[in-house]
Amino acid sequence: MSSYYFTIIGTRDNPLYELEFSSFKAPASLIPGESHFTAKVKELLPFIANSSLDLVEDSQWLTPNFNLGRIDSFGGIWVNAFVTQGNVKFILCYDNPNSNNSLDNGISSGGSTKYDESSMKHFFNDAYDLYVKALLNPFYGANDPLVSPDFDYKIKIVAKKYL
Amino acid sequence: MGYNIGMRLIEEFLAKTGAQRCESFRETADMISKVGFKMFLNTVPQIENFSSDGTSFSLILTENPLAEFVELPLTQYPKIHKELWYSQLYCGVLRGALQMVQLDTDVYFVRDSIRGDDKTEIRLKLNKVLKDEIPAGED
Repeated sequence: MSSYYFTIIGTRDNPLYELEFSSFKAPASLIPGESHFTAKVKELLPFIANSSLDLVEDSQWLTPNFNLGRIDSFGGIWVNAFVTQGNVKFILCYDNPNSNNSLDNGISSGGSTKYDESSMKHFFNDAYDLYVKALLNPFYGANDPLVSPDFDYKIKIVAKKYL
Repeated sequence: MGYNIGMRLIEEFLAKTGAQRCESFRETADMISKVGFKMFLNTVPQIENFSSDGTSFSLILTENPLAEFVELPLTQYPKIHKELWYSQLYCGVLRGALQMVQLDTDVYFVRDSIRGDDKTEIRLKLNKVLKDEIPAGED
């Protein structure tokens, strides 16, 4: 079961939102969605996300898509990214699903990665939708932190749906 | 707020609908919700709580196009949830429009769903029916 760290980074490289969760597909812990990053990884996650920003900015010109796919990896953590039209970045870090038992399912690992990619794409698209709706709020200014509990709740629902 | 919008808006309303004079305030209420709101905002509020003397009623807005994506900020201004009626504009518009058809009314918000209330309610109260007056200089 993989854990995820999702963060939204504004145009001035300022953090807007972050969320840690784990896959809801096979809840192993008592609290569904509780992330299983180790304490050491946990404190590294914001750095991993932010260090991939240069790669995001490089790769956003190479593809016509908003979804940039997997752009970085660091110590077993993979990083997927998405840029919005307003150049706000969505970064999703997750522990490599194949790192633990890559020997056991060498063949099927390709398939599972593909499946992850498409569900992450859907997750990003829905998160983008929610972000745009938050942006339409007249009380929200661009690059303000997203503190609305409603937004948080909806992102969690989307996470539960796809990841 | 919105009073001047209402004063001009009634002109468009009358021109487009060709509506005739209402016989009662109840009819006015129907006209506001089923024709006015439908025409300008494409939503039909429900009319509820008509007072026994027929001079006041509530409009219940099930959807509010003005506040569709609006969420009141939580942290910065705690007063905002107590003092701000985000869609106050409606009150002025209704009051202005009704004034122009000789109805002197008070319009105010009772509840608003973006404040966390269960529904959005605007109360209209008829003070008096103004007399038709011929504008000065037109005999």
